[in-house]
Parts: sequence; structure tokens; C-alpha cells
Amino acid sequence: MNLVALGLGAAAGAGVASALMGLLVPRPARAAAVGLGSAVTGAAGVLAGIAAMTGQTWSMAAPELLPIAGVFLEVDALGGLFLAVAGAVAAVAAIYGIGYSRHHADGRAPQAVLPLFVLTLLIVPIAASVGTFLVCWELMALTSLLLVLTEHRRRAQVGEAGRWYAIMTHLGFMAILIGLLVFTAQAADDTFPALRAAAATLSPAVAGLVFLMILVGFGSKAGVLPLHAWLPRAHPEAPSHVSALMSAAMVNAGVYGIVRVGFDLLGGGARWWWLVVLLLGALSAVYGILQAAMSTDVKRLLGYSTTENMGLVLVGVGASGLFASAGNTVLAALAMAAALLHVCNHAAFKTLLFLAAGSVLHATGSRDLDALGGLRRGMPATTAAFGLGALAASALPPGTAFVSEWLLLQSLIQGLPNAGIATSIVLPVAVAAVALTAGLAVATFVKAFGVGFLARPRSDAAANAAESPATMLAGMGLAGVACVALALVPGLALPLIGRVAGGIAGTQTAPATGALTIELAEVTGTLSPFLLTVALLAAAVLVVVALRVAAARPRRQEARLWDCGAGPMSARMEYTATSFAEPLQRVFDNVVQPVQDVDVTHYQESRYLVQAVEYRRQIPDRIERRFYEPVLLAVARWGRAGRRLATGSVHRYLGYGFYTLCALLIALVVMR
Amino acid sequence: MTPLGLVGGVVQPLLILAGSPLLLGVMRQIRARLEGRRGAGIGQPWRDLRKLMRKQRITPRGTTEVFRVAPVLLVATTLVVAVVAPFVTITSAVGPVADLFAVVALLALGTVAVALAGLDTGTAFGGMGASRETTILALVEPTLLVAIFALSVRVGSTNLPAIVSATLEDPGQVLSSASLLAAVALMIVIVAETGRLPVDNPATHLELTMVHEAMVLEYAGPDLALIELGSAMRLSVYLGLLANLFFPIGIATELSVLGILGGVVAFAVKVTVLGAALATTEVFLAKLRLFRVPELLAGSFLLALLAAGASYFLG
Repeated sequence: MNLVALGLGAAAGAGVASALMGLLVPRPARAAAVGLGSAVTGAAGVLAGIAAMTGQTWSMAAPELLPIAGVFLEVDALGGLFLAVAGAVAAVAAIYGIGYSRHHADGRAPQAVLPLFVLTLLIVPIAASVGTFLVCWELMALTSLLLVLTEHRRRAQVGEAGRWYAIMTHLGFMAILIGLLVFTAQAADDTFPALRAAAATLSPAVAGLVFLMILVGFGSKAGVLPLHAWLPRAHPEAPSHVSALMSAAMVNAGVYGIVRVGFDLLGGGARWWWLVVLLLGALSAVYGILQAAMSTDVKRLLGYSTTENMGLVLVGVGASGLFASAGNTVLAALAMAAALLHVCNHAAFKTLLFLAAGSVLHATGSRDLDALGGLRRGMPATTAAFGLGALAASALPPGTAFVSEWLLLQSLIQGLPNAGIATSIVLPVAVAAVALTAGLAVATFVKAFGVGFLARPRSDAAANAAESPATMLAGMGLAGVACVALALVPGLALPLIGRVAGGIAGTQTAPATGALTIELAEVTGTLSPFLLTVALLAAAVLVVVALRVAAARPRRQEARLWDCGAGPMSARMEYTATSFAEPLQRVFDNVVQPVQDVDVTHYQESRYLVQAVEYRRQIPDRIERRFYEPVLLAVARWGRAGRRLATGSVHRYLGYGFYTLCALLIALVVMR
Repeated sequence: MTPLGLVGGVVQPLLILAGSPLLLGVMRQIRARLEGRRGAGIGQPWRDLRKLMRKQRITPRGTTEVFRVAPVLLVATTLVVAVVAPFVTITSAVGPVADLFAVVALLALGTVAVALAGLDTGTAFGGMGASRETTILALVEPTLLVAIFALSVRVGSTNLPAIVSATLEDPGQVLSSASLLAAVALMIVIVAETGRLPVDNPATHLELTMVHEAMVLEYAGPDLALIELGSAMRLSVYLGLLANLFFPIGIATELSVLGILGGVVAFAVKVTVLGAALATTEVFLAKLRLFRVPELLAGSFLLALLAAGASYFLG
């Protein structure tokens, strides 16, 4: 019995059925029906993906199904990994969505589109021809766009975010289209096996062009610099379970594309490709986390953190390509395993963080960290979930990201001694970027958790927040279990991922082995997150017991906060997210270039007495300003110039059509 | 898990637990003498701890579990590092944790816990201290990681026992440019991490310039004792790491009473010498303005990066 086929069949059936349920089931039961159906779809995807990673394969060819291109599907280990990750995120987000969408998002359209989006997420990694891949890719973009626009009637910003997303994703699509079509033109047909066969005959220039085009396209999906602008816009405005799906599952498709085309179809390629990937990844990681450290909107912060994590993944992918082009396949497999493990880890903790942020939004109606705080009392489960996610995201033990970043650093360290000049300059820079990212991530998530959830409430909404419904808690619980499992027992995922990575890099040696203790192949390096956690817990218990024994009066007594004897302090005296990030903002003043405005109003009687001080600070995305605004202005100018052609007269338009047709016919006659 | 490692795993935490307040006492005494005061004697930190332990445990109103757990976590992370790192014995009690990255990340976890506790109180001082501490941490972490990277390239591993034994076999390679640059970077970073002058003044209270003391302002009694003990232990652990990464002479390589004793004495002497040097330097330094600190840390980051580059180019 082929589990892959079984899982995919079940996923397709459940996905289509839940889309229909979204259209037909009446409102009270709609969210539950669609949510459960989508969860089954996702779970079936996980089953198929894991079966594929253990070595089962399955393929399907239906040349007659789509006109011209046909449908070709094939599941291999690499596709299986991304299939499993997308399925797992979808299952968790769908369960959470039952409770979440009951308030704003249980209309027919969003509920019918959600399962379709999940289905496209599952099909993209198993498409095996350029035609199938592009159709699925476009469907994935369109369905996710519809989901982003769910709440467009309630907030005006949603429409703007949707426009940005639509344009960026289609620019990316065009780049992928051009790249893959140039590639296909050199091959017998558009199936992936044919492309693989043609890769050897490509000239280096053409191969480089193809790679650059797909890097632009897939990079825009992964939110890599400088094409990340849609990410911090679309993620805050989408419903939170959709944000989780996009940020934890859909961006991975970008990484998948780069690995699939770069390693599998083009077969490795030149060293400069991977240097570009590595540098782009390093830049994205640092820039993304720096913007995240500055932002006060919790979902925007998480969106920028996605850019950061995808950057780290690309550092791993780039390093792997470098090592592979130098012929060191074991090391290439290690770097690739680190990148893929980080994909899994990021999916787990980003799902958890977005779901917890959504729960806060659901309870308080606010995403602004400066207006939150004190959520521990009203929302203990959500606070615990966000705390766990923040620990995982900040690359501290015993969190998940610590394990994958450790692996990444190990591969970079091992890569240095046997590298060329270019590589030996790039690798220390990459390490510095990863290190800077790790440090800033700690500051970012201390801010997000400490200011947003601890301390005292800074608004009435935060003070009166109540815990979310059970389905939302269940979703967060599942994501939390995944985080803990991946953090403590990397052996659950690492052998399978190692096999996938080995397959990509072309080696039989598993780069990392061991269930509880990670042991690296051909390299002295061991790490046991499990033992580390056990040791930490044991030490903590020891300290508590010792304290009980040694303290003369072990009972606790409540007391007032120290307030200089001036009476109770107000919440306005607390540090906010803005003030918390201020020192960092000063340090990186030259990079982020904040816009500050201080207005001091004096009393009329004396200019030494201050009546009011108004302070405004904005941190615009600098890349957006330098890179996008000129382009947008040029387009607008072009549009205005074009307006003269379109006066609204029907005769004129008919005339344009007539003259164009004539010109075409003349051209055809002449060229014949 | 070797018998030697097990002995180390028991001896090291006990030594650091008992010795770190004494080290603090020695450092304060040196400062006092150099400044023309008599000083309180090297046992004063222990006497302070005993006094604090006798007081009642206080929970400020409105704080959560984070506030109560943070001091425990601070001491626990440092204890784990004291167990696993090769301070007295060259093999580690828990080998798979004795990784340099893991050790540094564990110590950072302790800092983060205390910073969160500072935010948890919801006071202006707590938030201020937490904000400053995390800013410094965010700038210190990169330097630490890159310096570690530079040190581990020559060994090909970030495993602490592996690095230390490689240095023990060939002490000459410590004098390579990469190692020296990394050592200077690490020294600056350790001063920043442990909150010593010129980054933070450990003797200051109720001053708008304070960093660490602002975070822990709400702690009292046994909780404060844990924080003080944790900070003292962190100082010893960092100095111990610095000493043994570059100068591991005297560390016990085989299981014998004499070897272990030698290891203990060597470690105590090395850490005391480093601490004394730190205290002496502090006498001649003023605290930097908070916004000048990043310049210092950026300098150390650059040194670490140069070390990483040199570890390839100059061997």
C-alpha cells in the first residue's frame, strides 16, 4: 500500500469536500466544518510527506488534463519534506481558524477559499512539470490573496496590503515564468526529468540567467531583500490563521523553488550563484531582524522576523551550494540539513507566534505592543504560548531555533579551512551576520514578550482581555507541542531531513545522526538539547530546594512596588515597546534612519515653561524608500502621460484598435 | 561520561559556588586598598548573602511567575555551565552539552530571564534596566559568537574539551594573531557581560546610569541573594572560560587526588589573578556614557571579525 498516494488522495478529497462545505453549509456550522475538513487535508498531507521522506515515491502523469501543458505530479523526498511542513502548519492553523473566524471571517468566500489554499500549498512541492508548477504557483498566490482580503470591509489598510501583495507576487511570478521558460526552451519538453537531462547542455550564461530569474521570483515569495516589502504589509492585515499559513508554510515555497531548480534541475551550478544566495540571505537576516526589533506592531514584527529566518535558511542553502561546488558533499549535506531543519523549526514557532498574536488581537482588538501588557492575568494560556514561541525564535536553549542555528554555525566553521579566497572572506561575514541576527533576535523577542504580555496593562482593552475559545487554544497547543518536540528531540526530524539533504548534495553519509544527541558526521561536534534541558531543570530544582532549606523564612509575602513613596504608579510610567527599542535604535541610527518630530508648546507668559510636548517617531523601511519609491513615482508619471491617450472617446479607442490591426497586418506582410 | 568528568562535574560547581563570592570580596578589597580605604574584608559578600537569606521573601504586587523564576534560572544556567565546562578537569561530566555555543547561549538565557523579570515589574526602572541590558546583550552576543568561531576554526570543533586539549597540546598557538585578537575581543565582551566598569558600575545604586542594578531593584531577601550569587558566579565562570581557553595549564587530565587538587588550585589562582587585574584596571577607569558603550562593543566585534579572518589567512 503506497502511503503517499493514500495521503494525497485523502488530502485532495478532504480539501475539495471542505471547499464545497464552505459554500453550502449554513453560517453557524460553517467555520467548524471547513476547519475540520482543512485540518484533515493538512494531516493527510503530513502523512504523504513523511512517507515520501522515508523513501516511498509516487508519480502521476495526465497529459490530457490541462490544455497544452498537462498535469504531472511526482513526490520525492525533497517535495515530501515541504509537503509535510505545509500540511502540519495547515492542520494546526485550520483547527485554530474554527474559533478565530467565527467573528470576522466566516463568510462564504473566505471559508471556501481556505481549503483550496491548503490544497495548493500541498501540490506546489509535488508538481513535476513547468506547466503544472506554474499553474499551482499562481493558484497559491490567488487563493492567498483572496484570504488576505478577508477583512477589507472592516479596515481600509487591508486593501492597500492586498494590492502590494498582488503586485509583488505577480512580479515574482513573471520572473519565475521567464526563468523557467528560458530553461524549458533548451529541453525536450517541460517535465522536470527532461529539464534535468537538458541542464548539462546549458551554456553557463543561460544557466546563470535562469538561476538569477528564479532567484528573484522565489526570493520575492520567501520575503528576501529587497523584495520583502509585501511581507510586513500583508501578514498584519490577513486573519491570523492565514498569516500563520502564509508566514510558516507559503514562504517555504520560495526556498523549495530555489533548492529544486538550483540543485535538482540545474544540478548545482557555478560558485557565484551560491555566493549571491548566501549574501542575500545574510543581508535579509540582519535587515529583517533589525526592522523587527524596531517595530511595535506585533504582527508586523513577526512578518519581519520571517524575512530574517528565511535569510538564515538561505545562508544555509548558499553555504551548501558553495561546499557542493567545491566538491565537499558531506559538508554540503550538513549545511543543507541545517537549512531544512530551520525551515521546519521556523514553521513550528512562527505558527505558534502568529496564532498567539491572533489570540491577543481577538481578545483586545489591538496589535500595538504599546497598548498591550498585563495579559498574563487574563490570558494565561496565550501568554505561555507566546513565551514558548519567543524562546524558540530567539535562538536560546532550550528553544528550537537554537538547534538549527547551531548546526548552521557548525557547517560554516567546518567549511572555512578548505575554502578558496572568495569563500574564506564570505564565510566569516556570514557567521557575523548569523551572530548579529541571533543577538538582535533576543532583544526583539524580549521586547515582544516582556512588553506585550508581562508588566501592567497599558490600555483598558488589555486589562479586560479574556482567554480565547477552546479551538484556538487547541491550535496553539498543537503548535506548542511541535515546538517542544523539535527542540528537545531533534532526532525525530533530523535523520529524515539528513536523508533529504544527503540526496540533494549527492552523498550517502547522513550529515547528522542520533536521537537525543546530535552527532555530526566526519566532524567533532555533539549537542544534546535534551540533556541540556534536563540539566537545566535539575539545576533549577536543586536551587529551589536549597533555597527552601537555607532561607530562614521561606513563605512569600506580597508587597507594594517601590514607588518612591509617591503613591501607586500609573501604567503610563512603564517602559513601552518604543522606549524599550530606543537604545538599539540609537545604536543603529545610520541604518534605520528614523524620522523624529518633537513639538514643544510653551505657555504664552514665559517660554521657559512647557505646556505640552508632542513626540512622533516613525521608522520607515529604508529599502522601500530608496528602491520602491522612485519606481512607483516613475510608474505614476508614466500613467499620467498615458492618460492623454485615453480621453474617454469611443471613436478614439476604435481608431487605436483599427490602426494597431493595420500596423500588425502590414508588419506581417513585410516580414513574410 | 568518564570518572574524571564526573569528579569535575561535582568539584567545579562546588568550587565556583563557594569561591565566586570570595572572588568578589577579593576584587572589592583590592579596589578599596587602591583607593585608600580599608575595605570590608574578603568575606563580606558571603556575609551579605547570609544576611539576605534571613529576610522574608517578598513578591511585589502585580508581578507574575517570570519574576519569581528569574533568579532561580540565573543561578541554574550558571550552575549547568559550571558543571559542563572544563574548569578543573579536562573532560566534561555532560559531554554533549559542553559546546562553546551552548555554554554562551545558556549564560545569555540567564540574562534574558532577569531582563524579563525587570520588565515584569512594570516600573520605569525595571523597564529601563531591561532595555539597556538587552541592548548590550544584543551587541555582545555577536562578538562572543564570532570570537568563538575564530577560536574553533583552528581546532575544527566548538566542543570545549576539544579546544582546551588542543591548546594544552600546543600552547604556542595561543600566540597566533587570531587567538590574540579573539582574546582581546573576549575580554571586552566579558567586562560588558558581567556588568563591570567601564560598561556598568556594580557599586552604583539609584543612579540613572545603572544597568544591572535597575533591573533587580524590586528584588529583596533570598531572591536578591540568588541574583547576587548568580552574578558573582557568572563573573567567575566567564573569567574561568577566558583563562582555560587561552591558558589551560594545570587542568587535571587524569583521575588522581593530586591531579584534581592541582586543577582546583590552578583554576583558583588563574581566576583570582584575572579578577585582581580586572579590579586594578577598574580603579583607573570611569564609567562610559551608555551611548558610548556600543562604540566599545563595535570595536570588540571588529576585533573578533578580524580574528575570524586571520584564523584563515594567517593560520
